[in-house]
Amino acid sequence: MEYFFELLLSGLTRGSIYALIALGYTMVYGIIQLINFAHGEVYMIGAFTALIVASILTMLGWNEIAILFIASVVAVVYSMAYGYTLEKVAYKPLRHAPRLSALISAIGMSLFLQNYVLLAQTSDFMPFPSLIPDLEILEPIAHLITTPEIAIILTTAIVMVLLTFMIKFTRVGKAMRATSQDREMAMLVGVDVNRVISITFIVGSATAALGGVLIASHVGQINFYIGFIAGIKAFVAAVLGGIGSMPGAVLGSLVLGCAEAFFTGFVSSDYEDVFAFIILVVILIFRPAGILGRSDISKV
Amino acid sequence: MLELKNIKTFYGNIQALKDVSIEISEGEIITLIGANGAGKSTTLMSICGIVPPRSGEILFMGKPIQDMAPNNIVSLGICQVPEGRRIFPFLTVAENLDMGAFLRKDKDEIKRDIEYIYELFPILAERRNQAGGTLSGGEQQMLAISRALMAKPRLLLMDEPSLGLAPLIVKQIFEIIKKINTENKTTIFLVEQNANMALKVAHRGYVMETGRVSMSDTAANLLANDEVRKAYLGI
Repeated sequence: MEYFFELLLSGLTRGSIYALIALGYTMVYGIIQLINFAHGEVYMIGAFTALIVASILTMLGWNEIAILFIASVVAVVYSMAYGYTLEKVAYKPLRHAPRLSALISAIGMSLFLQNYVLLAQTSDFMPFPSLIPDLEILEPIAHLITTPEIAIILTTAIVMVLLTFMIKFTRVGKAMRATSQDREMAMLVGVDVNRVISITFIVGSATAALGGVLIASHVGQINFYIGFIAGIKAFVAAVLGGIGSMPGAVLGSLVLGCAEAFFTGFVSSDYEDVFAFIILVVILIFRPAGILGRSDISKV
Repeated sequence: MLELKNIKTFYGNIQALKDVSIEISEGEIITLIGANGAGKSTTLMSICGIVPPRSGEILFMGKPIQDMAPNNIVSLGICQVPEGRRIFPFLTVAENLDMGAFLRKDKDEIKRDIEYIYELFPILAERRNQAGGTLSGGEQQMLAISRALMAKPRLLLMDEPSLGLAPLIVKQIFEIIKKINTENKTTIFLVEQNANMALKVAHRGYVMETGRVSMSDTAANLLANDEVRKAYLGI
């Protein structure tokens, strides 16, 4: 039984990270119907930025919590700039082109960013300092769940609440929903659609970067390739939950995270990634709209 | 108030508007009638900046607006009730109305205007927390008009507000159009296929054929015109 809970909690941790990335996929898809394949790379760049900042601050002898905070903030801000630029450079010029062109552009950007980091940082795995300290109070349950894991789950929960609030109640959130439901009509009521799209990319990049920092600090090493596999997994999670739906992305991520954890724990860890993609295939065959997804309503 | 001067609009290589000139004065109801595919909706989309004209000029209060972004055109006070109503289907009725007032900052007055709308259309008040997509066609049309009114337009563009509605509701819609014009002093540019109804509420009318304005006159004269009667009124 304890083993079961251990797996469940590790699954939720993993799912939380997927959720932070999947949100970016699903928000961008909701607004411009594009699978932003370069999204995983933004997460990877977030992790690298945090590593560089953390290394410098460690050399200067700062304390752990301050380093964690500053590294996260810098990584998030830097990734936001990446997300913004990515959209302006690779997608905006293709706004009226066939969807396939934008998709190819996305894959191109993904390869470009990977290789650019490869050249700058080599292909070696680099050790990432564990920035989240183990709290003593949590020692009694440490065999079930560690402090970093709790931090990851909590951070994700807070981000979800903030995002939900933003989407539901703020002016920009309403503009985002309106744009995703009918872009032209949103323009006709005065929404600056270009701005809404930029904001969507910026917000998605911010959550992805946060995920990058948290998981890098938890796993303890990163290289240029981490964005690819994490990005693809988060994409599977977004499709599983119903792409375009934000609660769907979170639910899909948690389900995928737990499914992977249980599969690893009870069956075999060698086939963990294979298992994730089997889920993708099964979903696409039997419920292409995802768990919470809605099929398009036709306009009358 | 609004003046289109020889505008030519294209969809890719296909020319939808071939030299269209229209003039609308403040306080008028002007109607644009014509068959399917004549370019009526394109004319409205050109005014709103969604499909900007490739050449020609659009003047609003004497200033050229043909190169402005759609959101800036809305902020001048030009609003459209587009064809097919285009309600945001997953936003509630209240949120749809909020979106209409997207560019306004005067919160208290927005509240008052929403109350006014709810008085005008009690059914919308009843359904304020219901998703827009679940309303009936007539209710959606009322919501679409209300959403446009929430922007406090000086010029209201309406694209086939009677399309697909029951005759009784069509009558109601046209009464509302008249009311908006007389009570709020809003200038209205009405695109319609229902030429009979449109010409009865309008002051003047334009007839459009394959991308060109083929006739323009007072509404009364157009109603009496033999060609118009034959082609658009089916008499």
